[in-house]
Amino acid sequence: MALEILIDWFPYLLSGISLTLGLVAAALIIGVGLGLPLALGQVYGSLPVKTVISIYVWFFRGLPVLVLLFLFYFGIFPAMGLDLPAFYVGAVVLGLWGAAYQSQVFRGAIQSISEGQMTAARSLGMSRFQAIRSVILPQSMRIALPGWSNQYPEILTESSVCYAIGVAELLTRSSQIVSQTYVTMPIYLACAVIFILLSYAGTTGIHMLEKKIAIPGFGPGGS
Amino acid sequence: MTEEKYILRVENIKKSFGTNEVLKNVSVNVKKGETVCFIGPSGTGKSTLLRCINQLTIPDSGKIFLNDEEVTHAGPRINYFRQKIGMVFQNFFLFDHLTAVRNVEIALIKVKKMKPAMAREKAIFELKQVGMAEWAEHYPAELSGGQAQRVSIARALAMDPDIMLFDEPTSALDPELTREVLEVMKKLVQQGMTMLVVTHEMGFACSVANKICFMEHGLIKEEGTPSELLNNPEFERCKAFIGEFREYSQ
Repeated sequence: MALEILIDWFPYLLSGISLTLGLVAAALIIGVGLGLPLALGQVYGSLPVKTVISIYVWFFRGLPVLVLLFLFYFGIFPAMGLDLPAFYVGAVVLGLWGAAYQSQVFRGAIQSISEGQMTAARSLGMSRFQAIRSVILPQSMRIALPGWSNQYPEILTESSVCYAIGVAELLTRSSQIVSQTYVTMPIYLACAVIFILLSYAGTTGIHMLEKKIAIPGFGPGGS
Repeated sequence: MTEEKYILRVENIKKSFGTNEVLKNVSVNVKKGETVCFIGPSGTGKSTLLRCINQLTIPDSGKIFLNDEEVTHAGPRINYFRQKIGMVFQNFFLFDHLTAVRNVEIALIKVKKMKPAMAREKAIFELKQVGMAEWAEHYPAELSGGQAQRVSIARALAMDPDIMLFDEPTSALDPELTREVLEVMKKLVQQGMTMLVVTHEMGFACSVANKICFMEHGLIKEEGTPSELLNNPEFERCKAFIGEFREYSQ
C-alpha cells in the first residue's frame, strides 16, 4: 500500500531534484565567484578591504542558515524593494553563506603557496596580477579542491532549509506528499535516499576531477 | 666618462630590516661581460644586495642603473627591468604546477606576449642550452636539484636578460649536482653573459670571476681580482675567510 503510494508520488518527488540541484549549483557558483575574490582580498588587499571581508565572513559564518534565510526573505530583500521568488532568495542566501566558508578554504590554500613562487614570477617581470593568475591561483586551486569539495555535500544538505520559505525542493515535496497521503516513513526515506545518492554522485565527480588535474609531486592530489 | 662603460651601476645602497642594518652603503659597478662574485659570511647582505638590484627588495636609499636607466623608483616599469635582469635562486623556485618547458615559456607568453609556438621553440632552445631538453615534459618534483636549477637558469635566460643574478645557486645541492650547475654557469661566462654571483664556491669564483667582492656587516670590505684577493688580502677577516676555504679544500 505504502509502496504503491510511493510509486505514484515518486515522479513528483523526483522533480524536486531539479530545484535542489538548482539551489546547490547557484550556491556553488556564487560561492566560488564571490569566495575567490574575497580570499584574494583577504590575502593581498589593503587593511580596509581585509577588514570589510573579515566582517562579511564573521557575519555569514556566525548565523544559522535558517536565520539568514528569514532575514533576507522577510527583511533585507523586501526592504531593498526586491520581491524575489523564494527559489532565488534561497539560492542567493546559500551562495552568500557558502562564499564566506569557501573564501576561507581558498585563503588557506593561497597562503600555503610558498613566497618563492611569487618571488620567481615577479623576478621574470610578471605583474602581481599576472603572477596571481598564472602561478598562485593554478596551484592554490588544486590545493583547495579537496577542502572545497566538502562544500558540495554541505550546501546540498543545507539546501533543505529552503523548505521553510516554501521552495518546492526535495524536502518540501516530501512533506507535501506526506500531508496528502499520511504515509510518512517511506516518503522521508525516499527523500533521504535521493539526498545520499546526490551527495555520492557529486563527491565522486569532484574526486575524479581532483585526479584529473593532479600534478606529480604537487599538492594533496599529487603522488 | 668612464661610467658609460658600465652596464650596471649600484650606488650607495642602504637597506635595513627594522633595526637590522643589512646593507650599510654598498656601491659596485659592473662592465658588460664581467662576472662579479660576492663572497663572505652568511648574513652579511649579499643576497639582499642582489634582491635590491631587481627591486625584489626595495632599498631605503641609493640608486641602481641598468644601461644608464634608473631601476630604482621605476614604478610599474620595474617589470620591464626585471626582464632584463635574470635571477636564479638558491631554492630554484620553479613553478611547481608546470612542466620544465612550461616553466621556461610561461613568462615569454604572459610577459613578452610571444605566440605559444614561438615561446615553445625558444623554451626548448634554452633547455638545450642547459642540457635539459630531454626533461622538458617533466614536473619540478620529478627533477633532481641540479636539474631543477638548470631549468631555472633556462627560465631566466629565455627572457634575454642583459645581466644575470645568481643567489647562492648551488648552496642547496650536493657536490655532484653543484658541478653540473657550475658547468652551465661557466658556459654562460664564456658566452659573455654579465653575471653577479653570490656564492660559497671559491673554486668557481676564482676560476671565472673578473672581480671578487668580500662582504661583511653590510659592506664590501674588499674587492679585487681573484689573485689579488687570494694571494694578498688586505683585510684581516677576508684573509681568515679565504684561509678557512683553503684549509678545507686541501
